[in-house]
Amino acid sequence: MSKRINAIDLNVYYGDFLAVEGVNIDIEPRSVTAFIGPSGCGKTTFLRTLNRMHEVLPGARVEGQLLLDDDNIYDTAVDPVTVRSMVGMVFQRPNPFPTMSIRDNVLAGYKLNGTRLSRSQSDQVVEEALKGANLWNEVKDRLDKPGSGLSGGQQQRLCIARTIAVKPDVILMDEPCSALDPISTLAIEDLINELKDTYTVVIVTHNMQQAARVSEKTAFFNIAGTGKPGKLIEYDETTKIFSNPSKKDTENYVSGRFG
Amino acid sequence: MAHANETTSPPSAGPAAPSGPVRKKTLRQSDRRGVFGDKLFSGLAMAAGIAILVLLAFVALFLSSSSGRALYSEDEGLIVGQFLQYAMPLVGGTIIASIIALGLAAPVAIGVALFISHFAPPRASRSIGYVIDLLAAIPSVVYGAWGMSFLAPAMVPVYRWLHENLGWFPLFAGNPSGTGRTILTAGIVLAVMILPIITSVSREIFIQTPKLHEEAALALGATRWEMIKMAVFPFARAGIISGIMLGLGRALGETMAVALVLSGGALTASLISTGNQTIPAEIALNFPEAGPGSERQAQLIAIGLVLFIITLVVNMIARWIVSRNKEFSGAN
Repeated sequence: MSKRINAIDLNVYYGDFLAVEGVNIDIEPRSVTAFIGPSGCGKTTFLRTLNRMHEVLPGARVEGQLLLDDDNIYDTAVDPVTVRSMVGMVFQRPNPFPTMSIRDNVLAGYKLNGTRLSRSQSDQVVEEALKGANLWNEVKDRLDKPGSGLSGGQQQRLCIARTIAVKPDVILMDEPCSALDPISTLAIEDLINELKDTYTVVIVTHNMQQAARVSEKTAFFNIAGTGKPGKLIEYDETTKIFSNPSKKDTENYVSGRFG
Repeated sequence: MAHANETTSPPSAGPAAPSGPVRKKTLRQSDRRGVFGDKLFSGLAMAAGIAILVLLAFVALFLSSSSGRALYSEDEGLIVGQFLQYAMPLVGGTIIASIIALGLAAPVAIGVALFISHFAPPRASRSIGYVIDLLAAIPSVVYGAWGMSFLAPAMVPVYRWLHENLGWFPLFAGNPSGTGRTILTAGIVLAVMILPIITSVSREIFIQTPKLHEEAALALGATRWEMIKMAVFPFARAGIISGIMLGLGRALGETMAVALVLSGGALTASLISTGNQTIPAEIALNFPEAGPGSERQAQLIAIGLVLFIITLVVNMIARWIVSRNKEFSGAN
Protein backbone atom coordinates (compact mmCIF):
# COMPACT_ATOMS: atom_id res chain seq x y z
CA MET A 1 0.00 0.00 0.00
CA SER A 2 2.13 2.81 1.30
CA LYS A 3 5.45 3.44 -0.39
CA ARG A 4 8.68 5.28 0.31
CA ILE A 5 9.69 8.15 -1.96
CA ASN A 6 13.35 8.77 -2.62
CA ALA A 7 14.64 11.54 -4.88
CA ILE A 8 18.28 11.40 -5.90
CA ASP A 9 19.92 14.49 -7.45
CA LEU A 10 16.68 15.48 -9.12
CA ASN A 11 16.72 18.42 -11.55
CA VAL A 12 13.47 19.60 -13.14
CA TYR A 13 13.53 21.49 -16.43
CA TYR A 14 10.91 23.33 -18.45
CA GLY A 15 12.58 23.35 -21.84
CA ASP A 16 16.00 24.88 -21.15
CA PHE A 17 14.90 26.51 -17.92
CA LEU A 18 16.11 24.75 -14.80
CA ALA A 19 13.16 25.11 -12.41
CA VAL A 20 14.27 22.96 -9.50
CA GLU A 21 17.85 21.90 -8.87
CA GLY A 22 19.51 19.03 -7.04
CA VAL A 23 16.79 17.74 -4.77
CA ASN A 24 17.70 14.85 -2.49
CA ILE A 25 14.90 13.78 -0.21
CA ASP A 26 13.79 10.59 1.48
CA ILE A 27 10.12 10.46 2.43
CA GLU A 28 9.00 7.72 4.84
CA PRO A 29 5.96 5.59 4.10
CA ARG A 30 2.92 6.26 6.34
CA SER A 31 3.91 9.79 7.19
CA VAL A 32 2.87 13.32 6.39
CA THR A 33 5.54 15.52 4.82
CA ALA A 34 4.95 19.23 4.23
CA PHE A 35 6.66 21.33 1.57
CA ILE A 36 6.87 25.00 2.50
CA GLY A 37 8.54 27.99 0.89
CA PRO A 38 7.82 31.28 -0.85
CA SER A 39 5.83 31.47 -4.11
CA GLY A 40 7.77 30.33 -7.15
CA CYS A 41 10.32 28.34 -5.14
CA GLY A 42 9.54 25.11 -6.96
CA LYS A 43 7.69 23.21 -4.26
CA THR A 44 4.61 22.65 -6.42
CA THR A 45 6.79 21.82 -9.43
CA PHE A 46 8.67 19.26 -7.36
CA LEU A 47 5.40 17.82 -6.00
CA ARG A 48 4.14 17.39 -9.55
CA THR A 49 7.28 15.50 -10.54
CA LEU A 50 6.34 12.89 -7.92
CA ASN A 51 3.50 11.65 -10.14
CA ARG A 52 4.85 12.98 -13.44
CA MET A 53 2.01 15.52 -13.66
CA HIS A 54 4.49 18.26 -14.61
CA GLU A 55 4.83 16.50 -17.97
CA VAL A 56 1.42 17.92 -18.91
CA LEU A 57 3.34 21.05 -19.90
CA PRO A 58 5.26 20.57 -23.14
CA GLY A 59 9.04 20.54 -22.75
CA ALA A 60 9.03 19.49 -19.11
CA ARG A 61 11.68 16.91 -18.23
CA VAL A 62 13.63 15.56 -15.32
CA GLU A 63 17.22 14.52 -14.63
CA GLY A 64 18.17 12.20 -11.79
CA GLN A 65 16.19 9.48 -10.14
CA LEU A 66 12.92 9.31 -8.31
CA LEU A 67 12.38 6.03 -6.57
CA LEU A 68 9.02 4.75 -5.43
CA ASP A 69 10.23 2.04 -3.05
CA ASP A 70 12.84 0.60 -5.42
CA ASP A 71 11.45 1.54 -8.81
CA ASN A 72 12.58 4.64 -10.66
CA ILE A 73 9.37 6.25 -11.97
CA TYR A 74 11.41 7.99 -14.67
CA ASP A 75 12.69 4.72 -16.09
CA THR A 76 12.07 4.66 -19.85
CA ALA A 77 9.94 1.53 -19.51
CA VAL A 78 7.56 3.24 -17.08
CA ASP A 79 4.28 4.66 -18.36
CA PRO A 80 3.31 7.93 -16.64
CA VAL A 81 -0.31 6.76 -16.69
CA THR A 82 0.65 3.84 -14.41
CA VAL A 83 2.58 6.16 -12.09
CA ARG A 84 -0.43 8.43 -11.73
CA SER A 85 -2.75 5.57 -10.92
CA MET A 86 -0.41 4.68 -8.02
CA VAL A 87 0.31 8.23 -6.86
CA GLY A 88 -2.94 10.13 -6.35
CA MET A 89 -3.22 13.88 -6.33
CA VAL A 90 -5.50 16.47 -4.73
CA PHE A 91 -5.42 19.94 -6.25
CA GLN A 92 -5.47 23.48 -4.99
CA ARG A 93 -9.04 24.08 -6.09
CA PRO A 94 -11.63 21.34 -5.69
CA ASN A 95 -12.20 19.75 -9.10
CA PRO A 96 -14.91 17.10 -9.05
CA PHE A 97 -16.13 16.24 -12.53
CA PRO A 98 -19.13 18.55 -12.95
CA THR A 99 -21.06 16.24 -15.25
CA MET A 100 -20.82 13.26 -12.90
CA SER A 101 -22.82 12.41 -9.80
CA ILE A 102 -21.10 12.15 -6.43
CA ARG A 103 -21.11 8.39 -6.79
CA ASP A 104 -19.63 8.45 -10.30
CA ASN A 105 -16.96 10.87 -9.17
CA VAL A 106 -15.80 8.42 -6.51
CA LEU A 107 -15.84 5.59 -9.04
CA ALA A 108 -14.05 7.58 -11.76
CA GLY A 109 -10.71 5.89 -11.11
CA TYR A 110 -12.25 2.42 -11.43
CA LYS A 111 -13.92 3.41 -14.66
CA LEU A 112 -10.47 4.36 -15.97
CA ASN A 113 -8.54 1.27 -14.99
CA GLY A 114 -11.26 -0.89 -16.51
CA THR A 115 -12.18 -2.82 -13.35
CA ARG A 116 -15.69 -4.21 -13.65
CA LEU A 117 -17.46 -3.82 -10.35
CA SER A 118 -20.77 -5.37 -9.46
CA ARG A 119 -23.41 -3.06 -8.04
CA SER A 120 -22.73 -4.20 -4.48
CA GLN A 121 -18.96 -3.97 -4.91
CA SER A 122 -19.18 -0.44 -6.23
CA ASP A 123 -21.61 0.50 -3.44
CA GLN A 124 -19.00 -0.73 -1.00
CA VAL A 125 -16.16 1.18 -2.71
CA VAL A 126 -18.21 4.38 -2.67
CA GLU A 127 -19.15 4.00 0.97
CA GLU A 128 -15.60 3.15 2.08
CA ALA A 129 -14.02 6.00 0.13
CA LEU A 130 -16.56 8.56 1.30
CA LYS A 131 -16.23 7.36 4.90
CA GLY A 132 -12.46 7.55 4.52
CA ALA A 133 -12.86 11.16 3.41
CA ASN A 134 -15.28 11.96 6.28
CA LEU A 135 -17.98 12.85 3.78
CA TRP A 136 -20.30 9.84 3.95
CA ASN A 137 -22.77 11.21 6.50
CA GLU A 138 -23.20 14.44 4.60
CA VAL A 139 -23.86 12.95 1.16
CA LYS A 140 -25.19 9.41 1.69
CA ASP A 141 -28.74 10.52 0.81
CA ARG A 142 -27.79 12.29 -2.41
CA LEU A 143 -25.17 10.14 -4.09
CA ASP A 144 -26.85 10.62 -7.46
CA LYS A 145 -26.75 14.41 -7.27
CA PRO A 146 -23.96 16.26 -9.09
CA GLY A 147 -20.70 16.70 -7.21
CA SER A 148 -20.55 20.34 -8.18
CA GLY A 149 -23.58 21.06 -5.97
CA LEU A 150 -21.58 20.50 -2.79
CA SER A 151 -19.84 23.23 -0.80
CA GLY A 152 -16.17 23.94 -1.48
CA GLY A 153 -14.97 21.96 1.52
CA GLN A 154 -17.23 19.03 0.70
CA GLN A 155 -16.04 19.11 -2.92
CA GLN A 156 -12.44 18.93 -1.76
CA ARG A 157 -13.25 15.94 0.46
CA LEU A 158 -15.04 14.38 -2.52
CA CYS A 159 -11.81 14.79 -4.49
CA ILE A 160 -9.93 13.09 -1.67
CA ALA A 161 -12.50 10.29 -1.70
CA ARG A 162 -12.02 9.96 -5.46
CA THR A 163 -8.27 9.72 -4.90
CA ILE A 164 -8.36 7.14 -2.09
CA ALA A 165 -11.06 5.03 -3.78
CA VAL A 166 -8.44 3.49 -6.07
CA LYS A 167 -6.15 2.79 -3.09
CA PRO A 168 -3.01 4.61 -4.23
CA ASP A 169 0.40 4.22 -2.57
CA VAL A 170 1.00 7.92 -2.17
CA ILE A 171 -1.31 10.94 -1.93
CA LEU A 172 0.01 14.32 -3.08
CA MET A 173 -1.82 17.46 -2.01
CA ASP A 174 -1.15 20.80 -3.64
CA GLU A 175 -2.34 23.47 -1.19
CA PRO A 176 -5.58 21.55 -0.64
CA CYS A 177 -7.03 24.11 1.79
CA SER A 178 -6.12 27.38 0.13
CA ALA A 179 -9.61 27.83 -1.34
CA LEU A 180 -11.46 26.73 1.80
CA ASP A 181 -12.86 28.38 4.92
CA PRO A 182 -11.31 27.64 8.35
CA ILE A 183 -13.89 25.01 9.33
CA SER A 184 -13.49 23.07 6.09
CA THR A 185 -9.73 23.43 6.48
CA LEU A 186 -9.94 21.85 9.90
CA ALA A 187 -11.97 18.97 8.47
CA ILE A 188 -9.31 18.35 5.80
CA GLU A 189 -6.49 18.55 8.34
CA ASP A 190 -8.21 15.97 10.57
CA LEU A 191 -8.59 13.82 7.52
CA ILE A 192 -4.88 14.11 6.65
CA ASN A 193 -4.10 12.89 10.15
CA GLU A 194 -6.17 9.77 9.53
CA LEU A 195 -4.82 9.22 6.02
CA LYS A 196 -1.25 8.90 7.21
CA ASP A 197 -2.06 5.60 8.91
CA THR A 198 -2.51 4.07 5.47
CA TYR A 199 -0.79 6.31 2.95
CA THR A 200 2.32 8.33 2.33
CA VAL A 201 1.03 11.89 2.27
CA VAL A 202 2.93 14.83 0.82
CA ILE A 203 1.36 18.26 1.14
CA VAL A 204 2.37 21.63 -0.26
CA THR A 205 1.16 24.50 1.88
CA HIS A 206 1.59 28.24 2.21
CA ASN A 207 0.22 28.12 5.70
CA MET A 208 3.02 27.43 8.16
CA GLN A 209 0.66 26.74 11.04
CA GLN A 210 -0.92 24.09 8.87
CA ALA A 211 2.47 22.53 8.14
CA ALA A 212 3.20 22.54 11.87
CA ARG A 213 -0.19 21.00 12.69
CA VAL A 214 -0.32 18.17 10.17
CA SER A 215 3.18 17.10 9.23
CA GLU A 216 5.88 15.00 10.86
CA LYS A 217 8.61 16.23 8.57
CA THR A 218 8.93 19.50 6.72
CA ALA A 219 10.96 20.43 3.65
CA PHE A 220 11.78 24.09 3.09
CA PHE A 221 12.33 25.19 -0.51
CA ASN A 222 13.74 28.55 -1.53
CA ILE A 223 14.84 30.46 -4.57
CA ALA A 224 17.82 32.78 -4.83
CA GLY A 225 16.10 35.21 -7.20
CA THR A 226 13.86 35.46 -10.25
CA GLY A 227 15.05 33.12 -13.00
CA LYS A 228 17.19 31.09 -10.61
CA PRO A 229 16.31 27.47 -9.88
CA GLY A 230 14.45 26.53 -6.71
CA LYS A 231 16.35 24.42 -4.21
CA LEU A 232 15.59 22.23 -1.25
CA ILE A 233 17.19 24.17 1.61
CA GLU A 234 16.38 22.07 4.62
CA TYR A 235 14.48 18.87 5.35
CA ASP A 236 13.97 17.75 8.92
CA GLU A 237 11.49 16.95 11.68
CA THR A 238 8.73 19.55 11.62
CA THR A 239 9.32 20.51 15.26
CA LYS A 240 12.97 21.15 14.51
CA ILE A 241 12.25 23.21 11.39
CA PHE A 242 9.90 25.47 13.28
CA SER A 243 11.81 25.75 16.56
CA ASN A 244 15.46 25.31 15.81
CA PRO A 245 16.28 25.17 12.08
CA SER A 246 19.90 24.68 11.15
CA LYS A 247 19.88 27.09 8.17
CA LYS A 248 19.57 30.85 8.42
CA ASP A 249 17.20 31.02 5.40
CA THR A 250 14.79 28.60 7.03
CA GLU A 251 14.80 30.53 10.28
CA ASN A 252 14.09 33.80 8.45
CA TYR A 253 11.20 32.23 6.59
CA VAL A 254 9.48 30.43 9.46
CA SER A 255 9.84 33.43 11.75
CA GLY A 256 8.35 35.75 9.14
CA ARG A 257 11.54 37.75 8.57
CA PHE A 258 11.66 36.79 4.98
CA GLY A 259 13.83 38.53 2.38
CA MET B 1 -14.10 54.53 5.23
CA ALA B 2 -13.69 55.94 1.74
CA HIS B 3 -16.01 58.77 2.61
CA ALA B 4 -14.01 59.70 5.71
CA ASN B 5 -10.82 59.64 3.69
CA GLU B 6 -12.19 62.00 1.06
CA THR B 7 -13.07 64.66 3.56
CA THR B 8 -10.22 64.46 6.03
CA SER B 9 -7.06 63.41 4.22
CA PRO B 10 -4.68 66.03 2.88
CA PRO B 11 -4.55 66.51 -0.93
CA SER B 12 -1.25 64.66 -1.19
CA ALA B 13 -2.78 61.48 0.24
CA GLY B 14 -3.25 59.72 -3.07
CA PRO B 15 -4.15 59.87 -6.74
CA ALA B 16 -7.84 60.18 -5.83
CA ALA B 17 -7.34 63.72 -4.55
CA PRO B 18 -7.88 66.13 -7.46
CA SER B 19 -5.60 69.12 -7.93
CA GLY B 20 -8.47 71.53 -8.61
CA PRO B 21 -11.23 72.49 -6.22
CA VAL B 22 -12.11 69.51 -4.07
CA ARG B 23 -15.62 68.27 -4.79
CA LYS B 24 -17.27 66.73 -1.80
CA LYS B 25 -19.08 63.53 -2.48
CA THR B 26 -22.26 62.73 -0.70
CA LEU B 27 -24.41 59.64 -0.85
CA ARG B 28 -27.32 61.41 -2.55
CA GLN B 29 -25.21 62.83 -5.32
CA SER B 30 -24.81 60.35 -8.11
CA ASP B 31 -22.30 60.41 -10.91
CA ARG B 32 -24.52 61.41 -13.85
CA ARG B 33 -21.99 60.27 -16.43
CA GLY B 34 -22.22 56.65 -15.33
CA VAL B 35 -26.01 56.68 -15.22
CA PHE B 36 -26.27 58.08 -18.73
CA GLY B 37 -23.83 55.49 -20.12
CA ASP B 38 -25.75 52.66 -18.48
CA LYS B 39 -29.06 53.89 -19.88
CA LEU B 40 -27.65 54.38 -23.36
CA PHE B 41 -26.11 50.96 -23.44
CA SER B 42 -29.13 49.12 -22.07
CA GLY B 43 -31.29 50.99 -24.60
CA LEU B 44 -29.02 49.97 -27.48
CA ALA B 45 -28.91 46.37 -26.35
CA MET B 46 -32.68 46.23 -25.98
CA ALA B 47 -33.21 47.82 -29.39
CA ALA B 48 -30.94 45.21 -30.98
CA GLY B 49 -32.83 42.43 -29.24
CA ILE B 50 -36.21 43.77 -30.33
CA ALA B 51 -34.99 44.32 -33.90
CA ILE B 52 -34.15 40.62 -34.23
CA LEU B 53 -37.60 39.60 -33.03
CA VAL B 54 -39.34 42.09 -35.33
CA LEU B 55 -37.27 40.92 -38.29
CA LEU B 56 -38.11 37.30 -37.59
CA ALA B 57 -41.78 38.17 -37.21
CA PHE B 58 -41.79 39.97 -40.55
CA VAL B 59 -40.14 37.04 -42.31
CA ALA B 60 -42.72 34.67 -40.85
CA LEU B 61 -45.53 37.08 -41.73
CA PHE B 62 -44.31 37.52 -45.32
CA LEU B 63 -43.92 33.79 -45.85
CA SER B 64 -47.33 32.97 -44.41
CA SER B 65 -49.26 35.71 -46.19
CA SER B 66 -47.72 35.11 -49.61
CA SER B 67 -48.12 31.35 -49.44
CA GLY B 68 -51.88 31.46 -48.93
CA ARG B 69 -52.67 30.69 -52.57
CA ALA B 70 -50.73 27.46 -52.40
CA LEU B 71 -53.16 26.10 -49.83
CA TYR B 72 -56.42 27.58 -51.01
CA SER B 73 -57.69 28.17 -54.54
CA GLU B 74 -60.97 29.82 -55.44
CA ASP B 75 -62.05 27.01 -57.77
CA GLU B 76 -61.11 24.00 -55.66
CA GLY B 77 -61.24 25.29 -52.08
CA LEU B 78 -58.66 23.92 -49.69
CA ILE B 79 -55.84 22.20 -51.56
CA VAL B 80 -53.66 21.27 -48.60
CA GLY B 81 -53.41 17.66 -49.75
CA GLN B 82 -52.19 18.70 -53.17
CA PHE B 83 -49.60 21.00 -51.63
CA LEU B 84 -48.36 18.34 -49.23
CA GLN B 85 -47.97 15.94 -52.13
CA TYR B 86 -45.68 18.48 -53.71
CA ALA B 87 -43.83 19.50 -50.54
CA MET B 88 -43.20 16.17 -48.81
CA PRO B 89 -40.71 14.76 -51.36
CA LEU B 90 -38.79 18.04 -51.18
CA VAL B 91 -38.75 17.91 -47.37
CA GLY B 92 -37.50 14.34 -47.64
CA GLY B 93 -34.74 15.31 -50.10
CA THR B 94 -33.66 18.24 -47.93
CA ILE B 95 -33.48 16.06 -44.84
CA ILE B 96 -31.60 13.26 -46.63
CA ALA B 97 -28.99 15.71 -47.95
CA SER B 98 -28.59 17.28 -44.51
CA ILE B 99 -28.27 13.94 -42.75
CA ILE B 100 -25.56 12.85 -45.18
CA ALA B 101 -23.75 16.15 -44.72
CA LEU B 102 -23.95 16.02 -40.92
CA GLY B 103 -23.07 12.35 -40.74
CA LEU B 104 -19.92 12.93 -42.75
CA ALA B 105 -18.93 16.34 -41.42
CA ALA B 106 -19.62 16.11 -37.67
CA PRO B 107 -17.22 13.26 -36.79
CA VAL B 108 -14.48 14.70 -39.00
CA ALA B 109 -14.99 18.20 -37.63
CA ILE B 110 -14.88 17.02 -34.01
CA GLY B 111 -11.77 14.98 -34.78
CA VAL B 112 -10.04 17.94 -36.43
CA ALA B 113 -11.05 20.24 -33.57
CA LEU B 114 -9.67 17.78 -31.01
CA PHE B 115 -6.46 17.44 -32.97
CA ILE B 116 -6.04 21.20 -33.05
CA SER B 117 -6.90 21.71 -29.38
CA HIS B 118 -5.28 18.71 -27.71
CA PHE B 119 -2.91 16.81 -29.96
CA ALA B 120 -1.14 19.01 -32.49
CA PRO B 121 1.96 20.97 -31.52
CA PRO B 122 1.00 24.64 -30.99
CA ARG B 123 2.53 25.94 -34.19
CA ALA B 124 0.91 23.30 -36.41
CA SER B 125 -2.46 23.76 -34.73
CA ARG B 126 -2.50 27.46 -35.53
CA SER B 127 -1.90 26.93 -39.24
CA ILE B 128 -4.40 24.07 -39.45
CA GLY B 129 -6.99 26.26 -37.75
CA TYR B 130 -6.28 28.99 -40.27
CA VAL B 131 -6.71 26.66 -43.22
CA ILE B 132 -10.00 25.35 -41.82
CA ASP B 133 -11.28 28.91 -41.42
CA LEU B 134 -10.30 29.60 -45.03
CA LEU B 135 -12.61 26.78 -46.12
CA ALA B 136 -15.49 28.82 -44.73
CA ALA B 137 -14.51 31.79 -46.86
CA ILE B 138 -14.95 29.96 -50.18
CA PRO B 139 -18.21 31.08 -51.88
CA SER B 140 -20.82 28.35 -52.21
CA VAL B 141 -20.97 28.72 -55.98
CA VAL B 142 -17.33 27.64 -56.13
CA TYR B 143 -18.16 24.55 -54.08
CA GLY B 144 -21.04 23.89 -56.47
CA ALA B 145 -18.83 24.19 -59.53
CA TRP B 146 -16.24 21.91 -57.96
CA GLY B 147 -18.89 19.37 -57.01
CA MET B 148 -20.44 19.40 -60.47
CA SER B 149 -17.34 19.31 -62.62
CA PHE B 150 -14.87 17.39 -60.49
CA LEU B 151 -16.43 15.44 -57.61
CA ALA B 152 -19.48 14.11 -59.50
CA PRO B 153 -17.51 12.44 -62.35
CA ALA B 154 -15.05 11.08 -59.82
CA MET B 155 -17.89 9.46 -57.87
CA VAL B 156 -19.32 7.57 -60.87
CA PRO B 157 -17.10 4.46 -60.50
CA VAL B 158 -17.68 4.50 -56.73
CA TYR B 159 -21.45 4.44 -57.27
CA ARG B 160 -21.13 1.64 -59.79
CA TRP B 161 -19.09 -0.37 -57.30
CA LEU B 162 -21.58 0.32 -54.49
CA HIS B 163 -24.41 -0.77 -56.75
CA GLU B 164 -22.68 -4.02 -57.73
CA ASN B 165 -21.58 -5.01 -54.23
CA LEU B 166 -24.15 -3.47 -51.91
CA GLY B 167 -27.10 -3.26 -54.29
CA TRP B 168 -29.29 -5.34 -51.94
CA PHE B 169 -29.21 -2.42 -49.48
CA PRO B 170 -32.05 0.05 -50.28
CA LEU B 171 -29.74 3.07 -50.08
CA PHE B 172 -27.58 1.67 -52.87
CA ALA B 173 -30.31 0.09 -54.97
CA GLY B 174 -31.43 1.47 -58.31
CA ASN B 175 -29.46 2.43 -61.38
CA PRO B 176 -26.24 4.24 -60.57
CA SER B 177 -26.19 7.70 -62.07
CA GLY B 178 -24.05 8.13 -65.17
CA THR B 179 -23.12 11.70 -64.29
CA GLY B 180 -22.61 11.17 -60.56
CA ARG B 181 -24.80 14.18 -59.78
CA THR B 182 -26.79 12.46 -57.06
CA ILE B 183 -28.02 13.38 -53.59
CA LEU B 184 -24.96 11.63 -52.10
CA THR B 185 -22.58 13.84 -54.09
CA ALA B 186 -24.58 16.89 -53.00
CA GLY B 187 -24.39 15.66 -49.41
CA ILE B 188 -20.61 15.28 -49.64
CA VAL B 189 -20.25 18.82 -51.03
CA LEU B 190 -22.47 20.10 -48.21
CA ALA B 191 -20.32 18.19 -45.70
CA VAL B 192 -17.20 19.98 -46.89
CA MET B 193 -19.04 23.28 -46.67
CA ILE B 194 -20.24 22.84 -43.08
CA LEU B 195 -16.98 21.32 -41.85
CA PRO B 196 -15.34 24.66 -40.95
CA ILE B 197 -18.21 26.00 -38.86
CA ILE B 198 -18.54 22.83 -36.78
CA THR B 199 -14.76 22.64 -36.43
CA SER B 200 -14.26 26.18 -35.23
CA VAL B 201 -17.14 26.12 -32.76
CA SER B 202 -15.96 22.78 -31.33
CA ARG B 203 -12.35 23.92 -31.20
CA GLU B 204 -13.25 27.05 -29.27
CA ILE B 205 -15.16 25.06 -26.71
CA PHE B 206 -12.51 22.30 -26.43
CA ILE B 207 -9.85 24.91 -25.70
CA GLN B 208 -11.98 26.32 -22.89
CA THR B 209 -12.13 23.03 -20.98
CA PRO B 210 -10.92 23.91 -17.48
CA LYS B 211 -7.32 22.74 -16.94
CA LEU B 212 -8.49 21.72 -13.49
CA HIS B 213 -10.79 19.02 -14.84
CA GLU B 214 -8.28 17.78 -17.38
CA GLU B 215 -5.69 17.44 -14.63
CA ALA B 216 -8.19 15.72 -12.36
CA ALA B 217 -8.62 13.00 -14.98
CA LEU B 218 -4.90 12.74 -15.74
CA ALA B 219 -4.01 12.53 -12.05
CA LEU B 220 -6.34 9.54 -11.71
CA GLY B 221 -4.28 7.75 -14.34
CA ALA B 222 -6.21 8.60 -17.47
CA THR B 223 -4.58 8.37 -20.87
CA ARG B 224 -5.02 11.36 -23.11
CA TRP B 225 -8.03 9.85 -24.88
CA GLU B 226 -9.63 8.84 -21.56
CA MET B 227 -9.04 12.35 -20.28
CA ILE B 228 -10.83 13.71 -23.34
CA LYS B 229 -13.78 11.38 -22.76
CA MET B 230 -13.92 12.18 -19.04
CA ALA B 231 -13.26 15.92 -18.96
CA VAL B 232 -13.39 17.48 -22.43
CA PHE B 233 -16.47 15.91 -24.05
CA PRO B 234 -18.84 16.33 -21.09
CA PHE B 235 -17.78 19.96 -20.80
CA ALA B 236 -18.06 20.59 -24.53
CA ARG B 237 -21.31 18.71 -25.15
CA ALA B 238 -23.55 21.75 -25.42
CA GLY B 239 -20.99 23.56 -27.56
CA ILE B 240 -20.62 20.64 -29.96
CA ILE B 241 -24.38 20.48 -30.35
CA SER B 242 -24.58 24.21 -31.10
CA GLY B 243 -21.80 23.82 -33.66
CA ILE B 244 -23.62 20.94 -35.32
CA MET B 245 -26.84 22.96 -35.33
CA LEU B 246 -25.12 25.88 -37.02
CA GLY B 247 -23.76 23.45 -39.59
CA LEU B 248 -27.17 21.88 -40.03
CA GLY B 249 -28.68 25.32 -40.55
CA ARG B 250 -26.28 25.94 -43.36
CA ALA B 251 -26.84 22.49 -44.89
CA LEU B 252 -30.63 22.89 -44.79
CA GLY B 253 -30.52 26.29 -46.42
CA GLU B 254 -27.68 25.82 -48.89
CA THR B 255 -28.95 26.66 -52.34
CA MET B 256 -26.30 27.33 -54.92
CA ALA B 257 -24.09 24.30 -54.36
CA VAL B 258 -27.01 21.89 -54.38
CA ALA B 259 -28.63 23.55 -57.39
CA LEU B 260 -25.41 23.08 -59.36
CA VAL B 261 -24.46 19.61 -58.16
CA LEU B 262 -27.75 17.77 -57.93
CA SER B 263 -29.64 16.77 -61.00
CA GLY B 264 -32.94 16.53 -59.20
CA GLY B 265 -35.97 14.33 -59.56
CA ALA B 266 -38.58 12.45 -57.60
CA LEU B 267 -37.97 11.34 -54.04
CA THR B 268 -36.11 8.03 -53.90
CA ALA B 269 -34.35 6.12 -51.17
CA SER B 270 -31.43 5.40 -53.46
CA LEU B 271 -28.49 7.68 -52.85
CA ILE B 272 -26.64 6.70 -56.01
CA SER B 273 -29.21 7.25 -58.73
CA THR B 274 -30.63 10.46 -60.10
CA GLY B 275 -33.47 11.81 -58.00
CA ASN B 276 -34.38 13.82 -54.95
CA GLN B 277 -34.42 17.56 -54.69
CA THR B 278 -33.93 19.95 -51.79
CA ILE B 279 -36.22 22.84 -50.92
CA PRO B 280 -33.75 25.71 -51.45
CA ALA B 281 -32.56 24.36 -54.79
CA GLU B 282 -36.14 23.80 -55.91
CA ILE B 283 -37.03 27.40 -55.08
CA ALA B 284 -33.94 28.83 -56.76
CA LEU B 285 -34.38 26.82 -59.94
CA ASN B 286 -38.09 27.54 -60.38
CA PHE B 287 -38.63 30.98 -58.95
CA PRO B 288 -37.52 32.95 -62.05
CA GLU B 289 -40.16 31.21 -64.18
CA ALA B 290 -43.00 31.56 -61.69
CA GLY B 291 -45.07 34.61 -62.53
CA PRO B 292 -45.50 37.23 -59.85
CA GLY B 293 -48.60 36.53 -57.79
CA SER B 294 -49.20 33.19 -59.49
CA GLU B 295 -50.14 30.04 -57.66
CA ARG B 296 -46.75 28.54 -58.56
CA GLN B 297 -44.96 31.39 -56.82
CA ALA B 298 -47.15 31.00 -53.76
CA GLN B 299 -46.31 27.32 -53.76
CA LEU B 300 -42.57 28.02 -53.82
CA ILE B 301 -42.88 30.55 -50.99
CA ALA B 302 -44.93 28.02 -49.05
CA ILE B 303 -42.17 25.41 -49.22
CA GLY B 304 -39.85 28.17 -48.04
CA LEU B 305 -42.12 28.50 -45.02
CA VAL B 306 -41.91 24.75 -44.52
CA LEU B 307 -38.10 25.00 -44.52
CA PHE B 308 -38.33 27.84 -42.02
CA ILE B 309 -40.44 25.66 -39.74
CA ILE B 310 -38.07 22.68 -40.10
CA THR B 311 -35.12 24.86 -39.06
CA LEU B 312 -37.10 26.20 -36.12
CA VAL B 313 -38.09 22.73 -34.94
CA VAL B 314 -34.54 21.42 -35.31
CA ASN B 315 -33.23 24.30 -33.24
CA MET B 316 -35.82 23.73 -30.56
CA ILE B 317 -34.89 20.07 -30.36
CA ALA B 318 -31.24 21.07 -30.04
CA ARG B 319 -32.09 23.48 -27.22
CA TRP B 320 -34.01 20.76 -25.47
CA ILE B 321 -31.09 18.33 -25.76
CA VAL B 322 -28.71 20.93 -24.37
CA SER B 323 -30.97 21.88 -21.48
CA ARG B 324 -31.63 18.29 -20.44
CA ASN B 325 -29.53 17.38 -17.39
CA LYS B 326 -28.86 21.03 -16.75
CA GLU B 327 -27.93 20.10 -13.19
CA PHE B 328 -24.97 18.16 -14.51
CA SER B 329 -23.87 20.70 -17.10
CA GLY B 330 -21.08 22.12 -14.99
CA ALA B 331 -22.44 25.60 -15.44
CA ASN B 332 -22.60 26.06 -11.68
